[in-house]
Amino acid sequence: MPVGTMVVKPVPELVTFILAGAIVVIGALGVVLLPQPVHAALSLVATLFGVAVLFVAQDAHLLAAVQVIVYAGAIVVLFLFVIMLLGVDEADDLQIEPIVAQRPLALVAGVGILGLSLVSLFLAGGATGASSMLMAPDATETNIAQLGRLLFTEYAFAFEATAILLTISVVGAVMLARRAPQDGAPYPEDETVQSGVAS
Amino acid sequence: MDPLYADGVGVAVVLITLLKVLVAFVFTLVATMFMVWFERKIIADMQHRIGPNRAGPWGILQTLADGTKLFFKEDLLPDKADRRVFRLAPVLAVVPAFLAFSVIPLGGNFTDGDGTVSIFGHRTFLQLADPPVGVLFFLAMSAIGVYGIMLAGWASGSKYPLLGSVRASAQIVSYEAALGLSVVAVLLVTRTLSTNGIVAAQSARFGVDWNLVATGVVPAVVFLIAGTAELNRPPFDLVEAEQELVGGFNTEYSSIRFALFFLAEFMNTVTMSALIVTMFLGGPSGPVFGPEVMRSWFLPLFWFFLKLVLFLFTFVWFRGTLPRLRYDQLMDLGWKVLIPLSLGWLLLLATIRVAQNEGWSVPIAMAISLVVLGGAFGLLNLSLRAARRNREHEAEVYA
Repeated sequence: MPVGTMVVKPVPELVTFILAGAIVVIGALGVVLLPQPVHAALSLVATLFGVAVLFVAQDAHLLAAVQVIVYAGAIVVLFLFVIMLLGVDEADDLQIEPIVAQRPLALVAGVGILGLSLVSLFLAGGATGASSMLMAPDATETNIAQLGRLLFTEYAFAFEATAILLTISVVGAVMLARRAPQDGAPYPEDETVQSGVAS
Repeated sequence: MDPLYADGVGVAVVLITLLKVLVAFVFTLVATMFMVWFERKIIADMQHRIGPNRAGPWGILQTLADGTKLFFKEDLLPDKADRRVFRLAPVLAVVPAFLAFSVIPLGGNFTDGDGTVSIFGHRTFLQLADPPVGVLFFLAMSAIGVYGIMLAGWASGSKYPLLGSVRASAQIVSYEAALGLSVVAVLLVTRTLSTNGIVAAQSARFGVDWNLVATGVVPAVVFLIAGTAELNRPPFDLVEAEQELVGGFNTEYSSIRFALFFLAEFMNTVTMSALIVTMFLGGPSGPVFGPEVMRSWFLPLFWFFLKLVLFLFTFVWFRGTLPRLRYDQLMDLGWKVLIPLSLGWLLLLATIRVAQNEGWSVPIAMAISLVVLGGAFGLLNLSLRAARRNREHEAEVYA
């Protein structure tokens, strides 16, 4: 069997979709509803993992691997790292709004995004369940090779622009973190760090 | 892709797959048991001690005895622990450790065959899974394994475990970059991500075709160092530095939950060694002779285990010889040495590959890229020196 083709197995795929979809939705609800930030971050990992499973079910193996390595393995680890270092805990009052009208705006944006995605889904003819709707994958190559070729030929400009953007953000972060000290300035005091869980 | 699944999936194929799952599971457990005993025995020899010698011949059953003991001990849950996460963390450490091993090819005749063996009339690879993303699957699993350590330290609600896990996450995330870059060097040479394909690409001649030679040794060395750091093994074991952190992230754990962390750690060591063998030393390939059963079963397995034990010994040797790094030395080594080195080497390999494809003169292309890399190294050194000057100036201002 050539690489990249897949015998269509509707029933197992449906089961996979239902299970992974349930993990994604429950995880997403957990991110929003759980009061403890670390639990919310873990729910986010569950969501990302469910999305990775859905990618595998759609034959997008590389995207699945990248999803787990980059998002679950690096970005959420960074979230957790920050939560641990800053010691955010349940004692923080969730009723205080640091940004005015943040909650209603978030609600509007959330409903708006949901509506937009539903509209685009129905305009495109609804969910068919078939994979690779826009373009059939080339059966002679792995999707890694195809993705790589596209990135470095057709989308080379976007790729390089992203690289420059990331470099700029790193330089910016370094600039913000390391300011040259003013002569005679007092040594910055250590912040008190609250570790672990509030009992 | 595994030829087992080429003709559709029937009952026999499912049963063979289940058998492979079972064998892989038991194998990882037994290998871990062996590794624990091996490490204690070798380290004891290096320190002029006898080591375990009570349970079984040469104390080989000591791990089994310890495991049984841990299983029956009381499971403590600290008062301040976050109950759910505290219970989840050991599982998150051990499951990826099991899964990561599934992509390692253990045997099969790659030298003059296609790497398949025959089980009950079906041709199949002697590895549990051969996903198209191969090595990336291993990286993904080791990325998930970080959560076990991180969450264990945080959920204990105690300061030393928290310090241990903060160190662990910083260390693992830092060294993952160097690890990934040396993996890319291998992928560039073999042109495939599949572990099976990587072994097949280095099997024609024993030794000469290994990626160790084809990538020019440097990625293999970087991978070994970064891999040791990923495993939190000495000399990079700041995570559980006994003198500073009691026991590090697992201080508050006892009984079977502690045993799971212990298991995961040694299992990861075995998997990391197996991965180095697969990526740089041709996995199970080696000289084969004799009848079919020797050619595709016995000899490849023998070569694989020989190479595996070599690296297991190297890890124990590191532990017996090298003193632990300081935290700033650890970060300096990762960010200022290993990442620039593996990145530069990757560019060099890519240049050679392009020169071959385009029909340029390879020595001239190499010379030019070496000059460019030398310039980049000089710039890096300058910036490091400038940074140090700034730090010293800052210290003077605040003094």
